Amino acid sequence: MTQKIAVIDYGMGNLRSVVKALEFVADNKADILLTDKPEVVAAADHVVFPGQGAARDCMQALRNTGMDEVVAEALKTKPFLGVCMGLQVLMTHSEENGGTDLLNLFEGEVRRFPDSFHAERLKVPHMGWNTIREVQQGHPLFKGIHDDSHFYFVHSYYVTPADPTLTAGETDYGVTFTSAIARDNVFALQSHPEKSADAGLQLLRNFISWDGQA
Amino acid sequence: MSLAKRIIPCLDVRDGRVVKGVQFVDIRDAGDPVEVARRYDAEGADEITFLDITASSDNRDTIIHVVEAVAETVFIPLTVGGGIRKVEDIRRLLNAGADKVAINTAAVFNPDLVSEASAKVGSQCIVVAIDAKRVSAEGETPKWEIFTHGGRKPTGLDAVEWAKEMVKRGAGEILLTSMDRDGTKQGFDLELTRAISDAVPIPVIASGGVGNLQHLADGVTEGKADAVLAASIFHFAEYTVGEAKEYMREHGIEVRMP
Repeated sequence: MTQKIAVIDYGMGNLRSVVKALEFVADNKADILLTDKPEVVAAADHVVFPGQGAARDCMQALRNTGMDEVVAEALKTKPFLGVCMGLQVLMTHSEENGGTDLLNLFEGEVRRFPDSFHAERLKVPHMGWNTIREVQQGHPLFKGIHDDSHFYFVHSYYVTPADPTLTAGETDYGVTFTSAIARDNVFALQSHPEKSADAGLQLLRNFISWDGQA
Repeated sequence: MSLAKRIIPCLDVRDGRVVKGVQFVDIRDAGDPVEVARRYDAEGADEITFLDITASSDNRDTIIHVVEAVAETVFIPLTVGGGIRKVEDIRRLLNAGADKVAINTAAVFNPDLVSEASAKVGSQCIVVAIDAKRVSAEGETPKWEIFTHGGRKPTGLDAVEWAKEMVKRGAGEILLTSMDRDGTKQGFDLELTRAISDAVPIPVIASGGVGNLQHLADGVTEGKADAVLAASIFHFAEYTVGEAKEYMREHGIEVRMP
């Protein structure tokens, strides 16, 4: 049976790039299903949880569509990849929009980048290509990707997991922040693998062939 | 390691084909946008910008098809500018696979478009393109004004103040073109680039005037640009994007090597 990869659509923007990149690396060996239906996610082998936009809008969309529970269930049971806001909303709480409660699937705060660091002013959003330092070295999703490879980022907030062993990758931008987390069958990253050229495509390829074992 | 400076090749697209010309004179067909974009991607381009110079409104949709086709196989950020008037135009480009759109003339005549668009699709998708020309005389405090219609029509708007206003309205990035330098191959207007980059908290892409690799490096080191955009030096194969990156790296600028 062909492998099924569900990309969760909860109405937060354009997921075409994520789907196209997955189709490109799957090379017809897996079905990529962009879906807002809980039963499709439940029947999928792998789950991708993207997201963009503001934290409050994301949370509202997740609750309105009932996808909050679907995400929580998938996160326990299948190889799971969170991307960008799909990483942030897994945490407990965000500073964004005057304070927003998140899914609380992992304990941690989401904070805004400081406007300045030492004397140097930081441009926010953090936009462009920055490196991911592999903290959980040898993780299957990093296979074939050089340590300190550049990935494409666009974000103004970053996650701070309460448990430091959750961190799989780190990136420096004024502060050193957690740019990827991994635990068991879950991997989530702040950057956009679908826009990160060869390194990003390799990570997606690794995800498709991942059995969910760390 | 830190955030890399970006090199962005720009493609002029007319009626669905890449065209090259010197200052839009002697425009020649230069091929299929998908093939050219793939080549730049393979050379290590950090983003690709498409400038739609299609004259007839009948052919406006061709750029949508170009973006869709490029986004099938090129997995780096894509920006599209030219002819954007309404939020609906922006939505269609984003749905086709663009990551950002560059709003130019419409931002000048209808600044509410920038506010409305950034509220609807997010600031990260909205690039405001600023075409500026120096209006101060030699020896005076430098001053630049926004011009439209390819640098022919003054607007009375001060470029630095305008850039700040665009940030307030939700611009996520500024694509800054010196109309004095565009097409001259004399390098960026570094003073202008620096003035805008210092004035705004969002990334600035320098454009207009690149004739060699030193100009690209100067845009970053002296102009304080976050990204540099060039068309002709890459189009006419004077340099590859890879050579440009190698040069910048040798000059101490952090770049992403493919």
